[in-house]
Amino acid sequence: MSTDRDRMLATIRAGVARSATRDTPKPAPLVPQRGQLNGRALVDLFRKQAEAAAATVAEVARAEDVPTAVADYLRSRNLPPQIRLSPDQRVNALDWKSQPLLETSSGASDGHDPASVTPVLAGVAETGTLMVHSGADTPNTLHFLPETHIAVVYADELVGTYEDGWAALRAKAGADLSNGAMPRTVSFVTGPSRSADIGKILLMGAHGPKRLHVILVDAPKSSVRPAH
Amino acid sequence: MLHPTSNAFSAESTKAIANPQLQEALSVLRVQSIPNRLKAASNLAEFEQLRDRARDLKNHILGHLDQYLLQFEAQVKASGGEVHWCSDAETARQTVLRLCREAGAKTVTKGKTMIGEEIGINDFLEQNGIEPVETDLGEYIIQLRKEIPSHIIGPALHVTKRQVEETFREHHTDLDAARSLEEPAALMAEARAKMRDRYFEADVGITGANFLIAETGSTVIVTNEGNGDLTQTLPKMHIAITSIEKVVPTLDDAMTLLRLLPRSATGQELSVYVTFSTGPRRQSGPNGPDPDGPKAFHVVLLDNGRSAYLGTPMQEMLRCIRCGACMDHCPVYHAVGGHAYGWVYPGPIGSILTPALLGVQNAEPLPNASTLCGRCESVCPVRIPIPKLLRHWREEEFSRAITPSTQRSGLGLWAWFAKRPSLYRLATRWAVRVLRWGAGSDGKFTSLPLAGGWTKHRDFPAPQGKTFHDQWRAKGRSIGGKA
Repeated sequence: MSTDRDRMLATIRAGVARSATRDTPKPAPLVPQRGQLNGRALVDLFRKQAEAAAATVAEVARAEDVPTAVADYLRSRNLPPQIRLSPDQRVNALDWKSQPLLETSSGASDGHDPASVTPVLAGVAETGTLMVHSGADTPNTLHFLPETHIAVVYADELVGTYEDGWAALRAKAGADLSNGAMPRTVSFVTGPSRSADIGKILLMGAHGPKRLHVILVDAPKSSVRPAH
Repeated sequence: MLHPTSNAFSAESTKAIANPQLQEALSVLRVQSIPNRLKAASNLAEFEQLRDRARDLKNHILGHLDQYLLQFEAQVKASGGEVHWCSDAETARQTVLRLCREAGAKTVTKGKTMIGEEIGINDFLEQNGIEPVETDLGEYIIQLRKEIPSHIIGPALHVTKRQVEETFREHHTDLDAARSLEEPAALMAEARAKMRDRYFEADVGITGANFLIAETGSTVIVTNEGNGDLTQTLPKMHIAITSIEKVVPTLDDAMTLLRLLPRSATGQELSVYVTFSTGPRRQSGPNGPDPDGPKAFHVVLLDNGRSAYLGTPMQEMLRCIRCGACMDHCPVYHAVGGHAYGWVYPGPIGSILTPALLGVQNAEPLPNASTLCGRCESVCPVRIPIPKLLRHWREEEFSRAITPSTQRSGLGLWAWFAKRPSLYRLATRWAVRVLRWGAGSDGKFTSLPLAGGWTKHRDFPAPQGKTFHDQWRAKGRSIGGKA
């Protein structure tokens, strides 16, 4: 008995066989010049693009400065001093005890956390985008449920283009991302959640985070040392 | 199942033009959509080159569609998911229902999916005792109002802010009737709060997919609200409903299309959330165990007549990435909005897809609801020659005698003259004289026999001077182009 799969494939094959584009080669990718930068120019482009997408950006010199920057941000916005951390060492190993007023916990979110602090796979300067992925140490709920998402980006995680971002994933998860090597989700996040579905008026904070704050650390991720 | 009303286009557009709230809602297209796209396109130096690459990429994919779909299917399996091939809407509906029942679903949250609209999944689930909850704000608004999307990107484009307020007051009766909803932000906060618990209650999350990645077996959603990600992360099962032409070979290839889609759709450099989903929650391995995410991942892959157009002149319509730029720029869509088109895909691309998917006899007016001005083609990110394809449907209608008989006899009469050039010239010369003589001193007609539809709303200008042929000859040029 022929299945829907057989029927569809038969029609598709017949169509492909007579298609004028059967011999069209796959075009080579075209990577825009805009993101192909280094050093300070790369940081400046990331900042400009992220801010244009309504994210806020702070820069700190060292990994040790991140807890203070998080506390300062929450205080300046009058937000509750309560954060949920990704279990990942890049944020979890920071010295949060240095901020006694900050209440911290870690792990996936059940929807009751006002703010999350997460690492990223990459910050992409081309459009001021963060690449984040799900995994044991990076619960996906932390990227979407809290009202405030604070993302920590280390200097060696900042890249120019989306293609560089995929290269960063390949460096981490394996050159071949097929056969289940991809994390369950990889998200490109550009600014906080928004909608223009009410009378075409653009409003921030639809269903995802209402605020996206990026802390750029001018040091590599290897500089994170577990606090004692 | 939604009954298409595309054949009532003329009557529906008359109503639409007379609807002041709709006209107010549509005015944003001119003041926002067009300038926003233009700005985003101009900001990227390589935008036009990317459109060429995207066209070539989609042509390549359509010429190798079997191969990429099989690769996609194998990769979905390898990451722990399942692909369900569905040749028509009914099979797709039954498949979704069966999966929902397997999950023991009572409620289903939904991200925005145009394929879901195409197969009428909401009504079907409801009839079978499963409550579908739309989570995209625009889809939620129209679900409460029991309407269909009027735009593929902004489904509630036709609804004004005041109407949203009325709808929320009517349906959110558990809230204080005296609350202020004057600010649009208050309306959004209310929808956000209403939706929060629903995400956690749902047993199944249904999303669409903008792209499918053959290399990895990923489905891709492009959203601004974050509802799609919550929809596919919180319930125990994720079902992505999608169609065959959305497959793309590699992650890098997808980026070519993703550099075009948001800029063309909303004028954004990138939509807020672009998520690649691959398989269910990992139990082990380098990325696992995942602390969150669905335990099952299913892809419902719909054909619904698309594959029959491969290798035909209509194949080009299958390049469409559903950005909506053609409707944002269409003078007809600006005037009548999306509902007049009578089915889920409105505007220029809808006037091509609807006859293709429902049969041209069920959408006769749509290919004719265009001035063929070409704006749609000029903004299409994958360079679909929309006017050419509309003409193709017009020819098909004529050859299958679907065109109304008055038009057919009019065209037949014109063709008879056009095939006899000397007679044609004589006839047009006489027509010019008669019209000029009959028009009177101001050179206009306020009424004309057989042209009441035209003169009801505007005057018909009488021809001035001589026919084109006569002027051409008088200027000493021949058809060959030489003096």
